[in-house]
Amino acid sequence: MINETLKSSITPGAPKTNRIGLEHTLYRGGKTTLCAGCGHNAISERIIDAFFEMGVDPKQVIKLSGIGCSSKSPAYFLGTSHGFNSVHGRMPSVGTGAVLANRKLIAIGVSGDGDTGAIGIGQFVHLMRRNVPLIYIIEDNGCYGLTKGQFSPTADVGSKLKTGVVNDLTPIDTCALAIELGASFVARSFSGDKKQLLSILKASLSHRGTALIDVISPCVTFNDHEGSTKSYAYVKDHDEPLGEVSFVPYFEDISVEYDAGTTTEVQMHDGSKLYLKKMAEDYDPTDKLNAVRVIHETARRGEFATGILYIEPDKPDFLELLNVVDEPLATLPVERVRPGREVLTEIMDSLR
Amino acid sequence: MAPTDVAAQPGAAQPVTRRIINDLSIQVATVNGSGSQTANLVLLRSIFQMGVPVSGKNMFPSNIAGLPTWYTIRANHQGYVARKKEIDFLVAMNVETAREDVLALEPGAAVLYDEPLKLSTLRNDLVFYAVPFDKIVAQVCHDAKLRRLVKNMIYDGVLSKLLEIDLAEMEHALRRQLGKKTKAIELNLAALEAGFAFAGEHLVKQDPYVIERMNKTAGMILVEGNAAAAMGCMLAGVTVIAWYPITPSSSLPETLISYMRKYRVDKETGKATFAIVQAEDEIAAIGMVVGAGWAGARAMTSTSGPGISLMGEFAGLAYYAELPGVVFDIQRVGPSTGLPTRTAQGDILKVATLSHGDTKQILLIPASAEECYTMAMVAFDLAERFQTLVFVMSDLDLGMNTWMSNTFTYPDAPLDRGKLLDDAALKRLGEWGRYRDVDGDGIPYRTIPGTGSPAYFTRGSGHNEKGQYSERPDDYVNNMERLSRKFETAKDYVPKPILTGDLDSDIAIVGYGSSHWAIEESRDQLLREVGASTAYMRLRAYPFTEELEAFIDHHQRIYVVEQNRDAQMLSLMRLALSAERGAKLRKVLHYNGLPIDARSITDEILAQEGIARPTHAGASEALVSASGPSEGPEGSAARSGAPERERAGVGPRRR
Repeated sequence: MINETLKSSITPGAPKTNRIGLEHTLYRGGKTTLCAGCGHNAISERIIDAFFEMGVDPKQVIKLSGIGCSSKSPAYFLGTSHGFNSVHGRMPSVGTGAVLANRKLIAIGVSGDGDTGAIGIGQFVHLMRRNVPLIYIIEDNGCYGLTKGQFSPTADVGSKLKTGVVNDLTPIDTCALAIELGASFVARSFSGDKKQLLSILKASLSHRGTALIDVISPCVTFNDHEGSTKSYAYVKDHDEPLGEVSFVPYFEDISVEYDAGTTTEVQMHDGSKLYLKKMAEDYDPTDKLNAVRVIHETARRGEFATGILYIEPDKPDFLELLNVVDEPLATLPVERVRPGREVLTEIMDSLR
Repeated sequence: MAPTDVAAQPGAAQPVTRRIINDLSIQVATVNGSGSQTANLVLLRSIFQMGVPVSGKNMFPSNIAGLPTWYTIRANHQGYVARKKEIDFLVAMNVETAREDVLALEPGAAVLYDEPLKLSTLRNDLVFYAVPFDKIVAQVCHDAKLRRLVKNMIYDGVLSKLLEIDLAEMEHALRRQLGKKTKAIELNLAALEAGFAFAGEHLVKQDPYVIERMNKTAGMILVEGNAAAAMGCMLAGVTVIAWYPITPSSSLPETLISYMRKYRVDKETGKATFAIVQAEDEIAAIGMVVGAGWAGARAMTSTSGPGISLMGEFAGLAYYAELPGVVFDIQRVGPSTGLPTRTAQGDILKVATLSHGDTKQILLIPASAEECYTMAMVAFDLAERFQTLVFVMSDLDLGMNTWMSNTFTYPDAPLDRGKLLDDAALKRLGEWGRYRDVDGDGIPYRTIPGTGSPAYFTRGSGHNEKGQYSERPDDYVNNMERLSRKFETAKDYVPKPILTGDLDSDIAIVGYGSSHWAIEESRDQLLREVGASTAYMRLRAYPFTEELEAFIDHHQRIYVVEQNRDAQMLSLMRLALSAERGAKLRKVLHYNGLPIDARSITDEILAQEGIARPTHAGASEALVSASGPSEGPEGSAARSGAPERERAGVGPRRR
């Protein structure tokens, strides 16, 4: 299957390749085993597009996940990348370890609202604090799909199970929480909004540090009925884009014409540019307090503010803080990781 | 001069009729946080510097300041370094415990005490030395705020005089301990000398204990097991360390951090060839280790029982998805929070099968500081060779207490990075499957992300030889059987048990870890006191190797000595061995939180053998008022009936 946006540019016999000469099909994964119409599949498609369009080498990518429907999805994109479907709620620690082992890796982690908001909230919190370079996608459907529809911690107050049970616990807003915790790239999108999600994913690939993307992704089997605030119908009506997200990668030498009064330009660490065209209101994605305020205000109206909610492009990531060498630790030669005899002698002498 | 020479001491008011040379245990009872550690280490080190074998064990509370703590120092000319049950010389500084401490002493013991405690009225069968600490400290330390910290050096000074420990050695040890802190050295030296002078002027030697120079510590070091393990990790080329603070493990990563910062920073760039993370909990710590190991790093964590419990799920993932990592378990007393500052060998059974489902973990069991060092390096090699977690089962006694050791040898062997799929291997194999057993040893080839080698999808869910998701019964069984084969292969790689003693003796002992030192001493006691020679096998790893089976076959009664209530190693042996072999095993257990001692082992074995211990046992031991009754039924051992006297069947002995 080839992405809609690319179809037009394909000429028979000469498949379109990206800037590193790879075909789009190389970015695909195994056949999905999720339900037909599941929002997660659309997200996988956007990930494929984003990595293809950005010309990311799949051999440098690692795909990580916890447990749940969402966490199955890394098997459905980037089939030639190493993947790791780990332990429920613990993807952040596995991802942290992997990135520490090899800082050249491009890490994408896929989690769900239960995997993140319930069992994994502790690791989520500390990943955000550390600003570990990793794209963290929450495929957020407000329920536990794999165990048949129980509420998750992101279920809205008043949302109903198919059995009629109503949720009366306050949901966790993972984006507001992430901003509070010091996350450096926080976005929210909707699995059905191809254009916005693709732009956000591309921008996240240019970000250094943790990029949290909460993607509302309706569960067609357990949470797409009337009364659900995470159904296709509800989200379509209540999606409140903060602005149009345009992303120009560093390798595309394009200068974008924009009206300085209505568009904010954010310079990414790698030289890429993010253009946020203001729509609903005058929104500055580098203003932390305002970001939190907007998230709360839209939520109070029963709406979802989507787009890039907060960004701090120059915040040092965890590897910088740890002052780790530029080369991957995993493959350092023995001479660089085993100190010489004189070191042992020195220590022995200090203990005599 | 023989170490136990008895000589009169002329000129004393109450002359000492005998001298016990280089054989005593000193216990210093203080309050936690009172700064006694410097004084205790100076005392320990000065004896070590005089060439006398010595060990130091801290019985400390789970508390920062205010609760009682006891530090015991044992000097022994024969080199016994296990805890000695009897206290020969008590230094009573703690008002809270002084009375109880004194009442617990064996007759003939000596007590050095803070004068206001007025302990001498408690008993008339002890030697008492009253020292007015506050008066002395006031004379040497004018800053009242500092007095509390230097006060303890006074007992070192007094002991220097009473025990004939060279004051110059104490001064040397003190300077070494305090480094460049000139002001502190000055104050402490003054206190030390004041104590020495006080003893010279006011105390008359009434106890028999003296320290005399020997040459048994030449070329040796004093080190804690955790520091030794840290050195091993550094030289093993560890690159990712994730840990969560827990007693008694923390000093391992903390020492490692100090070494790594000093010796593993790139000279040109000033950047670290390692990453150390203090994780949010033990689950995250092991998760980072597993993630880093998957991505090709030599990764480790260090923890203790409660952390091990939390790591269970990841341990199963690492076993089943076959990911390397090293876990140090510095065991302490459980269950639950238990006695967090006391020692045990209580995690053996848990760790051997750590996680749910059918899981078998590789354990390495060091008995000495030197083995903490060498086994750290072995652990990283085995973890990568077998693509699994390797657990190094140390304990509080070994990890946190101070041990004499030979100096460590620099590793000659290259790092074993295990079966990594490179181009040559791929060419040879033709088609690669992540979980395919191509060599018949159960160990598949793995690839590392980011290196350009073929990718696979790692999962804790069911998978086939290619790593693809599978719920097929045959795929599951194939994989589990291959994992068993891999575990069998590990038997050829883990450290072999060490066999010593009289192989034709009736009594055989199996032990492991820090119990080793008390077992060795107990074997001498058994020989000296009742003429019983023993064979001894010290286990150093799980899976067990064929040497253990041969050893059991060769003997009739095998005493398995361990520091837990439920005979965990014995149980593990019964799981792994035939019922016939399992039936020969007997329990000798010690689990009160204190390090195991020889007396407890000897008494238990004699009881099970049905042999009465003579009241006056060995020569040198008898001089000390030591050999009192045992502390109680610590080892809930199964009693045997009439002792079997048949010789063990002599069969072919394998090494």
